[in-house]
Amino acid sequence: MLNIAATDASARKIHPLPGGLHLPDNKHQSSVRPIMQAALPKRLIIPLRQHAGNPAEPLVKAGDPVLKGQKIAQGEGLISAPLHAPSSGVVSAIQSLPAPHPSGLSEPCVVIETDGEERWAELPAPMDYRQANPAAILERVRAAGVVGLGGAAFPASVKLSPRPGDGLHTLIINGAECEPYITCDDLLMRERAAKVLAGIDIIRTLLQVEKTIIGIEDNKIEAIAAMRTARDLAGYEAMEIVVIPTRYPSGGEKQLIYILTGEEIPSGGIPAQIGMVCHNVGTAAAVADAVLEGKPLISRLITITGEGVAEPRNLEALMGSPVADLIAQAGGYTPKANKLILGGPMMGYTLFSDEIPIAKATNCILAASTAEAPDPGPALACIRCGRCAEACPMSLLPQQLYWHSRAKALGKACDYNLFDCIECGCCSHVCPSHIPLVQYFRFAKSEHRREEAEKRKAELAKRRHDARQERLERLEREKKEAMRKKQEAMKAKKTAAGGDAGDAKQAAIAAAAKRAAAKKAERATQGEAPKNTQGLSAAQQRQIDEAEARRAQARKTAHSEDRARPAAATESPPQD
Amino acid sequence: MQFPTLTSPHTERPNQVDQTMLMVVLALIPGALAMIWYFGWGILINLVLAAIAALLSEAMAQKLRGRPAFGTLRDLSALVTAMLFALALPPLLPWWLTVLGAAFAILVVKEMYGGIGYNPFNPAMAGYVLLLISYPVPMTTWLAPSVIAEHSLSFGQTLTAIFTRALPAGLSWDALTSATPLDSMRTQLDMNYTVTEIRESPLWGAFGGRGWEWAGNWFLLGGLFLLWRRVITWHIPAAVLGGLLAMATVFFLVDPDTHPFPLFHIFSGGAILCAFFIATDPVTASTTQKGQLIYGALIGIFIYIIRSWGGYPEAVAFAVLLMNMAAPTIDHYTQPRVFGHGRLSDD
Amino acid sequence: MIEAIAAISLLALIFGLLLGYSSIRFKVEENPVVEQVNELLPQTQCGQCGYPGCKPYAEAVAAGEAPINLCPPGGTVTMESIATVLGVEPIPLDVEVVEERPKTRAWIDEDVCIGCTVCIKACPVDAILGTTKQMHTVIASECTGCEKCVEPCPVDCIYMVPIQAGVADWTWPFPERGRPGEIAEPARKAA
Repeated sequence: MLNIAATDASARKIHPLPGGLHLPDNKHQSSVRPIMQAALPKRLIIPLRQHAGNPAEPLVKAGDPVLKGQKIAQGEGLISAPLHAPSSGVVSAIQSLPAPHPSGLSEPCVVIETDGEERWAELPAPMDYRQANPAAILERVRAAGVVGLGGAAFPASVKLSPRPGDGLHTLIINGAECEPYITCDDLLMRERAAKVLAGIDIIRTLLQVEKTIIGIEDNKIEAIAAMRTARDLAGYEAMEIVVIPTRYPSGGEKQLIYILTGEEIPSGGIPAQIGMVCHNVGTAAAVADAVLEGKPLISRLITITGEGVAEPRNLEALMGSPVADLIAQAGGYTPKANKLILGGPMMGYTLFSDEIPIAKATNCILAASTAEAPDPGPALACIRCGRCAEACPMSLLPQQLYWHSRAKALGKACDYNLFDCIECGCCSHVCPSHIPLVQYFRFAKSEHRREEAEKRKAELAKRRHDARQERLERLEREKKEAMRKKQEAMKAKKTAAGGDAGDAKQAAIAAAAKRAAAKKAERATQGEAPKNTQGLSAAQQRQIDEAEARRAQARKTAHSEDRARPAAATESPPQD
Repeated sequence: MQFPTLTSPHTERPNQVDQTMLMVVLALIPGALAMIWYFGWGILINLVLAAIAALLSEAMAQKLRGRPAFGTLRDLSALVTAMLFALALPPLLPWWLTVLGAAFAILVVKEMYGGIGYNPFNPAMAGYVLLLISYPVPMTTWLAPSVIAEHSLSFGQTLTAIFTRALPAGLSWDALTSATPLDSMRTQLDMNYTVTEIRESPLWGAFGGRGWEWAGNWFLLGGLFLLWRRVITWHIPAAVLGGLLAMATVFFLVDPDTHPFPLFHIFSGGAILCAFFIATDPVTASTTQKGQLIYGALIGIFIYIIRSWGGYPEAVAFAVLLMNMAAPTIDHYTQPRVFGHGRLSDD
Repeated sequence: MIEAIAAISLLALIFGLLLGYSSIRFKVEENPVVEQVNELLPQTQCGQCGYPGCKPYAEAVAAGEAPINLCPPGGTVTMESIATVLGVEPIPLDVEVVEERPKTRAWIDEDVCIGCTVCIKACPVDAILGTTKQMHTVIASECTGCEKCVEPCPVDCIYMVPIQAGVADWTWPFPERGRPGEIAEPARKAA
């Protein structure tokens, strides 16, 4: 191990992480077996929402046949990625099903009954990324639905398009994989190092960075060796492969960048602010697939492990495979299976059912035994021992954040930099009172976000109300004005009674012209009167357009049919 | 298949409050045994009395507050409080004072503020100070260490003395008792003896009071055990002893005749017990690392100041209580720099 | 005697001047109370408080004419924050007015709607779309759930539909007491 570390990392200084933990890594259980292709499930369930931002809009409907790799949902907005059919078959439904999400709530999913034929859709031709236009490569990556496979599933194309002025100079490739139990990146680097490096080369070419640093924890000796061999074979001498000490959470983006470069991402900021971009090794492989083979992101490596499965291993699984199918292919449950955790033990969340499908961000299924993940028991009072602060990799004071989060004093919690918490779980792990600190912080964060959203909504309602109020007053004024004018005109008529009828007409026309001019002047002085039909979002506009369409439809039927309408509601209210 | 849902992290937790407290209890044992060796059975009887009183008070308070009576007994925090309190008491203290102090520590100082985790003051020290201020005479009536004592009491005689104040025939209280080293140093310095003259008394050992210095060593051993088991960090003990030593050294260098040598301050009285066991009580101490250094150093400085110029010869309890008051403020001003703050961004 | 009186008077004068000066020098420009209260209100413009909108209610509260517990959409949280701003004791919500309910939004049964525009006129935030003899529809994202449109509808085709929590607006729950892994500290024996 030492000689590996010594070969070429000597040049780069490793910056030790503040805080963090040495955890038993439990990686050997799953890393001893090679990657296996998962069998095709009968049913694939693809959640339309796979990451923050808007959910994808389905392009298929129930009954449609789909081909493997066919686009079935379109991303909307900037932070979005399209979805593709992982296999050929028929769309049986688009319905709400339990999603891979900590809430356990249901989300709209495209359900595909596979036909077992694996017929591919026509894929775009392989690209020579060295010759191709960067915009074309980027579009290819975006269209392939590539997202960050490290955890957040953030669309990769966003982080691959440098904005002018960013001044990117360093590409950090994350092969740390610091969470216990997870080995999918390890196995990917061991078995497919060439593809990972090809992907890194594409990313490096796109971003035009000077330096590329690949960080791998020193517990992955085989992966380090494989990556080095592949690098030397491919002639990517400029890619630095740096061995870092095994310490949780060194694989966090902020942490890895600090370990490798000593630079800190400013609070609330992104790596681009310090000229860096960080991608996961899995993402690099997915980019290589998209560019070099034209394949969209329809499968990924996933670790199935824990004492609750008979043969812990890594599978190449199709997106949307139900967890139960994957467990079965890892030898099925053992009697010890007690908890089902999606992700690692530190940051993963429990699933209530194994019917839930995997998504692009799913890197591990941990079927834990009671010994591996015991119920911590009821929490006791905080004794302010400060172990949490020692363990915190962000140098926060969890013991103080805890008081304020528990008292729901969100403002105070924010003063203690609540939003710098990366939810790594170190504090909860070491707490002698077994206080679920991370959950308090997650609660406080999401509650604060909800309050902010509510405030924004109230602000919007107030603006709309004020606009309406103003419009009503203006209409009232205009009405009064019109009345007054009319009366004046009447008076004028009376005084001019017996006069020439033509004169009266002339006067009326003049008065009308005057009114119009006055109105125009008033409009001009008021400027752009507030209107609630302005500044509508795309979604609102779409809703309005749909309503117009329905209205046209209704008009048609109303004309053709009897005018009589049922007096009572014929349809129950929708559940939106 | 259906599974239970719980919040992350899904790991076996390495630390437990009761185990931490148990470590503290274990670490106190060598020092406690040394105290019993040098000062007789009275120390053991005090320990037992205080433990019974503290545990009963805790159970009663829990019951009054409508909580499971044995809920917080299991965390052993009351036992730790009782032990620290008892180890500060003179060996032949009347039994009801021990009980009163322990009950006050648990009922008033700890439970009335909300129980474990919520008390602003160190219960053991507050109980000690209550007795010291209210009953100064019995509280400063110590025995001479057994190595130089002319009389020593058997277990039964000690028990009788504590419960009935009756001494064996032919023995008077004056013959039995002796001032503590700190006390005698104070008194004799006030009588214009020099430190060298004072140290000629058989009360003194290599660097501190006889008996006291060895008890101190055993407490030090327990403290190192706690450091090794990572129950405490080095910050507070180092800062307490450092602060005390720094003050003592400065004044010793200025005038060695009227200021005892620095190690005297460490090895007489409760400085070591304070540094490793009392000041490190997490609930009442500062929780930031920088804060702990300040907190500890100020305790050390206060110990010296109060010992030299205050109204009482032993100052540990006062110094700790004073700094307990300052701990929240220290915490507020010593927050660590959060990762990603203050380098590129201006805030 | 006279000296004493003179000294005291002088002192009084000096302090008076000092106070007068500082009240001008250190004057804190504060949001008028009406604005502060208005900002705390949820702006549903529902009128459940008996006032025609949030602003009028804020004015009434600021003038001390209305109690602070009349805002059902804001709930106890709003009441408490108003109490803090005004420095008065919190009072429980008027249960008879309404208990706190899940958030709802209006939905028009388009098959039944006759296009009478009555609801459009009732909507305080212009969230209903339509015109005479045309089917109406609610812009879901703008609806504040004030229910003002329900009553006037002549054919009763407007329903208040609860907003179902989806993944997007789901929030992490506060750790419950007494469950394994969650806080159990003040759990009472009886409860």
